[in-house]
Amino acid sequence: MNVHAPGSPGATGDSGLTVRDLVVGYGPVAALRGISLRVPRGAVVAVLGGNGAGKSTLLRAISGTLRFHRGGIASGDVTFDGERISGVEPSGVVARGVVQVPEGRRIFARMTVEENLRAGALGVRDRGANARARERVLGLFPILAERSRQRAGLMSGGEQQMLAIGRALMAAPRLLLLDEPTLGLAPIMAARIAETIQEINAQGTSVLLVEQNVATALALASHAYVLEVGEVALSGAARDLAGDDEVRRRYLGIDPDADGGTSAPGTPDAPGTPDVPAERRTLTRWSA
Amino acid sequence: MITFLELLVNGISVGAVYALIALGFVVIFKATEVVNFAHASLLLAGGYVIARLHEVLGFWLALLAGIATAALVGALVEFLVIRRANVAVRSVLAIVTIGVDIVLTTELTRRIGTEVLALGDPWRDRVLRVGEVSIAETRLVALAVAAALITAFLLAFKYTAWGVRMRAAAEDAETAALMGVRLGRVSLSAWAVAGALAAVAALFLCVFPTPGLDRGTGLAAMKAFPAAILGGLDSTTGALAGGLIVGLTEALMNGYQNQLAFLGRGVGDVAPFVVMLAVLLVRPAGLFGTREPARV
Ligand SMILES: Nc1ncnc2c1ncn2[C@@H]1O[C@H](COP(=O)(O)OP(=O)(O)O)[C@@H](O)[C@H]1O
Ligand SMILES: [Mg+2]
Repeated sequence: MNVHAPGSPGATGDSGLTVRDLVVGYGPVAALRGISLRVPRGAVVAVLGGNGAGKSTLLRAISGTLRFHRGGIASGDVTFDGERISGVEPSGVVARGVVQVPEGRRIFARMTVEENLRAGALGVRDRGANARARERVLGLFPILAERSRQRAGLMSGGEQQMLAIGRALMAAPRLLLLDEPTLGLAPIMAARIAETIQEINAQGTSVLLVEQNVATALALASHAYVLEVGEVALSGAARDLAGDDEVRRRYLGIDPDADGGTSAPGTPDAPGTPDVPAERRTLTRWSA
Repeated sequence: MITFLELLVNGISVGAVYALIALGFVVIFKATEVVNFAHASLLLAGGYVIARLHEVLGFWLALLAGIATAALVGALVEFLVIRRANVAVRSVLAIVTIGVDIVLTTELTRRIGTEVLALGDPWRDRVLRVGEVSIAETRLVALAVAAALITAFLLAFKYTAWGVRMRAAAEDAETAALMGVRLGRVSLSAWAVAGALAAVAALFLCVFPTPGLDRGTGLAAMKAFPAAILGGLDSTTGALAGGLIVGLTEALMNGYQNQLAFLGRGVGDVAPFVVMLAVLLVRPAGLFGTREPARV
């Protein structure tokens, strides 16, 4: 049921991220079984899939943090702008401009908001770049400036997610990896985060967005991949996927017949169609 | 009253020296989650180098050499042993450090033999008298130096990039790595800093009124262990408080030993451990700690 052949590099050359036939295991357990995908420069690409599909494993393989989970790449490779980054230390991946926001935010709870932002800049030595990054982050999230001396652990979930994203942006990434940034957030906060992701992308940062919130992800991304038990089950232009009857039925919880074939939501806060309230659409979780 | 004042100053001074050792202990634990049982041997190595070199190089250069050696030995232990030990459980690494300690201490005590080595410090046995209170100059210098080093350390820990790196790695190593922190370097620098602090502590454990460095100096260093534990193994504040508590307890118990004769002689040596146990019964993670040593 491929809408599109998974990740065919070539058309956009070598710029951006390319994952080729990636096989990853945790000991004998295979978590990714030959995944290929592309994030062209400047794009937002979504990776969708239920719990245990291998989404976080994919991001760990890119950022070089599999060893923290006793995992490793068995075969395949990852390149960024033509340079191989699989097998590179996490600090090397950061230095090449690829930065991950981990699942569950993982802010440094015992540090202040300001110290968290400082920690985000640890991989970058250029002071000028640090100052520019800080300006950008505080522009995106003014609340972080207001709370700069507060302990990060005392902030709300949504604020912590903003801090986690802001902290990653302090490293001035060219590609941002986001692992379920709206997980556990109230719908209104999830929508704010979605807007911010759009803004970050508009400022020139490519985004690889991992989500279970299919509607939000398809609205943000130009291209999407659906993972099922470590394999790409489906991929294609986000618009095509959002319009695909099968996807709508299985992942968006929309009954195409009752729905009368209305087009997919264009933005995360687009007004709902008469029979499917907007809130329901952004809230619908993977149900396959 | 005069005795009390003297004991108080001496206790705080010795306590500050214990705090230097405990601080190294805590830094290593925070950065690598390893309880470093080889700490006393780092201290002994630093002291030994000062003792052997001061006649040739003069005291100050010998002191620098001692500090550098202890830092280097610490870094080498991290690089050659801790980093390479392919163990899943961090507590196994604590046992590995016991092995390191045995090797280093055996070699150093063999070299020291039955000698008592002077460290050639410029304060010798001079005593400062204020009214009727008399305090050894070494105690005052120890207090000042330890206070300065601890302050510098805490400021660095709080404000420098090195400190942020350390704290980030201590709180969440994987996320710190995602920020570009090189965990290997963090751990290496922790061991080196701990070694350097231990060498300074070695100096002040061996000067007047102690006759000098001998094979028992490492044992004296082990009193910083209850200091670190009762303060909380993962707390720099705890290391300070723990050091002071142990130093004061020891000084007061020894000072009033005649009044406490019913407890037997040498209570000052046992007291730190008794205090540690008492604290742990009430607060298993130590006074300021968040993690229980029992889980280590
Ligand atoms: N640390 C680990 N050790 C062993 N297996 C793991 C580990 N982390 C994840 N897995 C397994 O790998 C598969 C993919 O997990 P993950 O990448 O976390 O999925 P997702 O992020 O899509 O929920 C799952 O079957 C999961 O059980
Ligand atoms: Mg996940």
